Amino acid sequence: MSESLIHARGLTKTYGDFVAVDGIDFDVAKGESFGFLGPNGAGKSTTMRIIGATSVRTSGTLTILGKDPEVNGPQIRAHLGVVPQQDNLDVELTVSENIFIYGRYFGLPNSFINKKIPELLEFAQLEEKKDVKVQALSGGMKRRLTIARSLVSEPDILMLDEPTTGLDPQARHILWDRLFRLKEQGVTLLITTHYMDEAEQLCDRLIVMDKGKIMAENSPAQLIKDYSTKEVLEVRFGSDKNHEMIDVLRPLAERIEVLPDRILLYAEDGEKLLESIAAKGIHPNTSLVRRSSLEDVFLRLTGRSLVE
Amino acid sequence: MMSNSIRKVSRYGTLHVAEARIRNMAKWAFVILFAAVINPTLYLVSVGIGVGSLIDANNGVDGVSYLTFLAPALLASAAIQGSSDEVIFPTMAGFKWERTFFGMRSTPLTARQISTGIFLAAMFRTIISVVIYWIVLYLFGALESDTAWLAMPAALFAGAAMAAVMLALAAKIEKEDFFFTIVGRFIMIPMFLFSGTFYPLSQMPVFLQFFGWISPLWHATELGRYLSYDYPLPGIQIFMHIAVLATMIVVGLFLSARVFDDRLEK
Repeated sequence: MSESLIHARGLTKTYGDFVAVDGIDFDVAKGESFGFLGPNGAGKSTTMRIIGATSVRTSGTLTILGKDPEVNGPQIRAHLGVVPQQDNLDVELTVSENIFIYGRYFGLPNSFINKKIPELLEFAQLEEKKDVKVQALSGGMKRRLTIARSLVSEPDILMLDEPTTGLDPQARHILWDRLFRLKEQGVTLLITTHYMDEAEQLCDRLIVMDKGKIMAENSPAQLIKDYSTKEVLEVRFGSDKNHEMIDVLRPLAERIEVLPDRILLYAEDGEKLLESIAAKGIHPNTSLVRRSSLEDVFLRLTGRSLVE
Repeated sequence: MMSNSIRKVSRYGTLHVAEARIRNMAKWAFVILFAAVINPTLYLVSVGIGVGSLIDANNGVDGVSYLTFLAPALLASAAIQGSSDEVIFPTMAGFKWERTFFGMRSTPLTARQISTGIFLAAMFRTIISVVIYWIVLYLFGALESDTAWLAMPAALFAGAAMAAVMLALAAKIEKEDFFFTIVGRFIMIPMFLFSGTFYPLSQMPVFLQFFGWISPLWHATELGRYLSYDYPLPGIQIFMHIAVLATMIVVGLFLSARVFDDRLEK
């Protein structure tokens, strides 16, 4: 695979006895939008830091743009844009200054950076804030500035670690829109998230991680097809009665998952399943039919829900 | 363009880190300059003139006026205080409060460039503070000899030695709870009091002179006095003072780079 930008085989990272990343294999192609989905502690961020050439792998092989991050750290980092989980902007400096000094860290000429700044401010919708100190910005604005800053060097790969965690729904949608534009421009995106809607929106392909291992790998739609049914019927009988109903319901659905507050019944046609339950004289307190999501895939693969 | 940029970062990356710090300081320029003027003024009025008039009535110290004796020590002390502050706080912010070092580390910059850049920026501020301090001393008439300006390089030498060591220490501290109290009360103040600042170290009992021997302030003060007036200092002692300060700089910067590298790897 000569065109794969990132190539990992048996990638492993241990901290003492703890195995954070457990021998994973994956390839990311140019222009692809690639996601790491999994709960906190699955090893997503560690994998990102190894790819970002800031953390050294314990074993396995890894090439990024054909180079080994252990040998060519600075050369690889010169081609990456990194958006960490926690913003690490210089809060005393203004919005423009933050982009400017970051460009300097890449050795870019002043003239290049100064031409780039208005463009990035427009992208991040921060034109009016350009001379404002970062400490006065909202969480969503800081996040957008962190992304804008990471683009100053025109990176080949943009790495986003939990890009929308902690943002309100409106700020998330603005951010998704901006990331979608980058994707359209052909930037290779690497995204970690524990939000399935984010993964479905942004990723062409993703790996589902749990406890340092890859549980599955495919496009979001194909993962849902492979690991879940088309629809899900969610029923609630009240927390005491939920358990009593399991044996009665089990034969009716293709698969059943019992969560603390509700029962998930998997079927191709949720409404039809609800009718057949009613026909048996069973009447849940509440019922809801929805399409399967990556959350269901994760539940199937690990027996646990993604957001705990 | 990219490979060219990489070459530029490996050559000038340290300066870019320093530049970012200096831009930060510029936001506080007024406070920094104000403190640089007001601190020496207060010391000179109270200790220099107040205590000095008493001592000068008894023929001064080392055959010079008390202010002349005191000036190199005050200058070195200001350099140490300023350079320490300017490495400790940015290092705490860089690793913990704002995590800016992790942002720097995602660029082609190396850990060594980040640590050395912080050190250089601290020295930039220290030079400004020392020059201002020196001008105030001059205006107070504390500088009698033609070589009085040589107290400045001696003070900067002390500032650099202390900054290099404090940089490594601050980078090592992950929980700052007691750090500032310890540095303030158990390092800075005792050093100020026991380094032969206000009277020759030889006035102390030998077991207390020990604090002077390990103090960069004492070594720099001795050098400063030697350079700025006819303070007698044998060649071997000059060499020793220089060796101690130089060792602190080299070892401090070496350890800083290693600690920065370890911590940024996580």
